[in-house]
Amino acid sequence: MTSTLDPADRNTAEVPEYPMPRAEGCPFDPAPELRTLQEETPLTRVRLWDGSTPWLVTRYADQRAVLGDRRVSADMTHPDYPRSAPGNGTLSFIGMDDPEHARLRRMVGSAFTVKNVAAMRPAVQKIVDDALDEMLAGPNPVDLVEAFALPVPSLVICDLLDVPYSDHDFFQQNSKTIISRNSTPEERTAGTTALGQYLGGLVVAKLDKPGDDLISRLGERIKSGELTVQAATEMAVLLLIAGHETTANMIALSTVALLRNPDQLALLRDTDDPAIATSAVDELLRYLNITHGGRRRFAMEDIEVAGQLVRAGEGLVMPNEIANRDPEAFPDPDRLDITRPARHHVAFGFGVHQCLGQPLARLELEIVYRTLYRRLPGLRLATDFEDLPFKHDGFVYGVHQLPVAW
Amino acid sequence: MKVSVDEDKCCGAGSCVLAAPDVFDQRDEDGIVVLLDAEPGEHLHTAVREAADVCPAAAIMLADRT
Repeated sequence: MTSTLDPADRNTAEVPEYPMPRAEGCPFDPAPELRTLQEETPLTRVRLWDGSTPWLVTRYADQRAVLGDRRVSADMTHPDYPRSAPGNGTLSFIGMDDPEHARLRRMVGSAFTVKNVAAMRPAVQKIVDDALDEMLAGPNPVDLVEAFALPVPSLVICDLLDVPYSDHDFFQQNSKTIISRNSTPEERTAGTTALGQYLGGLVVAKLDKPGDDLISRLGERIKSGELTVQAATEMAVLLLIAGHETTANMIALSTVALLRNPDQLALLRDTDDPAIATSAVDELLRYLNITHGGRRRFAMEDIEVAGQLVRAGEGLVMPNEIANRDPEAFPDPDRLDITRPARHHVAFGFGVHQCLGQPLARLELEIVYRTLYRRLPGLRLATDFEDLPFKHDGFVYGVHQLPVAW
Repeated sequence: MKVSVDEDKCCGAGSCVLAAPDVFDQRDEDGIVVLLDAEPGEHLHTAVREAADVCPAAAIMLADRT
């Protein structure tokens, strides 16, 4: 049973609904209500779409403690899991606990080691350069999402999985449906099924004709009996979705944030110090947190969170965007400062489920930050900032379109 | 400073390699941590402390030598 109200809580004020809206005109900042909760009641009940009332954890240290606690579960199929939307939205190992989670995750770990990702640098640089060549040869102004932010990470993950980029319309559309809060459970299931059929076909095809790619390496695990075709397919779907939507939104949203902070943009564009681009990656991840919607867990036994008892079976929601603005962890947290030490942010999550692809995400962002603004020093918005369509409807935050000129 | 790692806890996120590449590496087959230097020199201590702090799985243990 999902968490319900304790009798002791009944006479307290109304349980706030989660998620909470951002303040008008502050698209980079967490909902003001989250800030108040962080200051006053760092552990509090919230009400989700289904009426359940899990605990909301808002402070950086408490979120890290919960996400790093082996007594909490990420099992999305369990009835105690605080769901973010209707439907059984589990996807391979992100919705599993150890030891099965670790067994599956380690099968794809090799592709994302710091060393193996570093070896992709020339290929990623070429993808970025080519995309910019093409964009500069085309119309001006243009939608940066369509022309650059989405193609770059899609091409990178297609390369890694050896998925034909010519099918990108198909998988981008389905990914979009799966991560939109406005999709019905049926639409989401249909999207997952379509991607599964598509990638399942590739998994099977590569069993006979393996290449030098991640799906072919999963094929070896199928042959050795460690993995079923179904499990391999689910992993491929997870990697495909996680590999392009997140980074695409980071590229577009960072560009908006930098255009609104011209001193930071100038610093990034004009520096010869590669360390600035590296720290800009972490600071922009901290500041923007494109995964909004709260990381979810439930307690498998009684645990203490923020000095209070959370009982076995109760849900926990950890919105990273507010943890990353905790003044205890990041002084002057609402200021974008690309020179600050910010590597300890939780934009990639924390605990054993922390993003496996983060070295690749970091590499892509660093190359984009070092290339895009130099090639287009006159980059500017081609619409009013107030008119930008921010994605308030998805599990991944960003902008739907980003009209720019240069 | 004495450093030790717990391979069973490690989830291969690579944070330690980014923070302290002279002290930590990853196994090529699955990304799990490899300790390169169990007694790193003092100039590396700040980086190693950061690596331990950002490790999402608490797989890095530090002990100050007595």
